[in-house]
Formats: sequence, structure tokens, C-alpha cells
Amino acid sequence: MPVLQSHVENKLKENLNPIFLKVEDFSDGCGFKYNVFVVSKDFEGKGLLQRQRLVNEILKEEMSEIHALTQKCVTPEQWEKMVAENPNLSNENQVEKPNDSTKKCEFHQH
Amino acid sequence: MSLVSKSLLLSIRTSTTRLMSRCFSSGLTKSAINSQYLKVAQPKLLPIRQTILARYSTETKQKIDEMVKSDDVVIFMKGTADQPMCGFSKAVVDILNMHGVQFKSFNVLSDEEIRSGIKEYSNWPTIPQIFFKGEFIGGCDILLEMHRGGELIDELSKIGIKSKLEED
Repeated sequence: MPVLQSHVENKLKENLNPIFLKVEDFSDGCGFKYNVFVVSKDFEGKGLLQRQRLVNEILKEEMSEIHALTQKCVTPEQWEKMVAENPNLSNENQVEKPNDSTKKCEFHQH
Repeated sequence: MSLVSKSLLLSIRTSTTRLMSRCFSSGLTKSAINSQYLKVAQPKLLPIRQTILARYSTETKQKIDEMVKSDDVVIFMKGTADQPMCGFSKAVVDILNMHGVQFKSFNVLSDEEIRSGIKEYSNWPTIPQIFFKGEFIGGCDILLEMHRGGELIDELSKIGIKSKLEED
């Protein structure tokens, strides 16, 4: 696991006290593109924009290094519904990963 | 997460051809994410960008202010609406097209001042960025989520735009 990824995980853990957290590197090794899935009480009462702003703020320093970050920020309540619909969601092993290792850093959001 | 984002992207792709139908088969993300659109990863440009960022001026701010208000729906993206240069930008264009929304797009790749300035302006670190009537809505994830949850239709209607996907 690239240093940045565990670093990103730790920062989110410290700041959001998540019920479920998944940081996924979809850069095939270059370590600069992440999918972040966070379930936290801190998102309650906040709109989509405010939730992502919160995450962006926590990862402010790292954002200059990260090429792309996609976020899914949900409340515990939303999370329960999602798991009820798809129990595999909470199972790490069931989450599919992008498997094309030939392409690297083709795009980024900055 | 991957599953989730796959479904999100999938929903777009499917919707393009079959409007709102939600189909969860596999194999979409690859083309959306590993699309042939350009290689724009250029970490070596970072120092230059930072310099320009430091020069974010009142003048730039004013210019961007006019740009975001130049149409009801304005997006800042990589590439053009006809030829997006990034999977995220393409997704945004696809969603808006799906809703039949007329929009104005600015290509940040052709203007470094705007590329860094827009991030300062909206205090948002990534491209694409979407504005409705001058108000910052969010990036690709947010538009996708609004699209999937149906809120996009409502948000559009608030600014006087009737989505093609709205049921009569």
C-alpha cells in the first residue's frame, strides 16, 4: 500500500470517526488516484457539497499530490439502507477492483 | 467503493442510451475511466501551477465571476463539450446532455490562469466544476449523485430549466 493511501485513511479516520471507511487506489500503483467511501455521523444534516468540502478540507495538504479523488460520503442511516439492499457492500472482499494495469494516470482532476 | 462508483458510472452510460433505466451489469468503468482521452498527468507542471496560483488576483476573480454568470449552466472542464479530455469531465457533459440542458463550457486546459483561478474562486480542488446561475453546485461526484437521486431535475427546475428526463 502506498504511503499516501494509508496516510489518507488515517487522516479520515482521525477526523471523521467513520463507521465504515474504504480508501481505494485506482491508479494501478502510482498511488495518486483514490476512491473514498466514508460513512460518518459528521455528514448528518449536511448536503452533498458540504460533505465533500469537509473531506477536501481534511485532505487539503494531500490534494496537491492526489490527481483524482472521487468521494461517496454517506450518513449511517443511508449506509444501513445501502447494506440492506446490497449486503456485499460491507464486505471488503466482495468489492471489485479495476483490473487494467496497463494504463496509468491517464487523467486526473486537477 | 469501486462497486458503488461503477454503478454510478454505469447508470450514466446506460441512461445515455436508455434514459433512466438502471442496469447493473459490469464492464463499464474501464472505458469511462481508462478512456482514451489524453494523457494529462503532468506532476512536473506543479511548481508552475503553484506560482500562478499565488498570483490569483482580483482581476482573475472578476473574470471568473463573469464567466460563471455568463449562462444559467456553466461548467469548467478539461477539453470541450464535443471532445472532453478527461473521464470526469466527460461524465458531466454526458449527464447534462442526457437532461437536455444547454450549457456553456470553459476548457481549463487552454488557460492556466483560469485552471488554477477557478479552484480558488470556488474553494474546490478539482475539475470539472459546475455552476447553476453563478452558484457552485459541485464536481463530478455530486452531479452524478444528484442525477441518480433525481435531485438534478428539481435543481434544474429551480433555475427554470425543464429536464428532458422530467415526467409530465
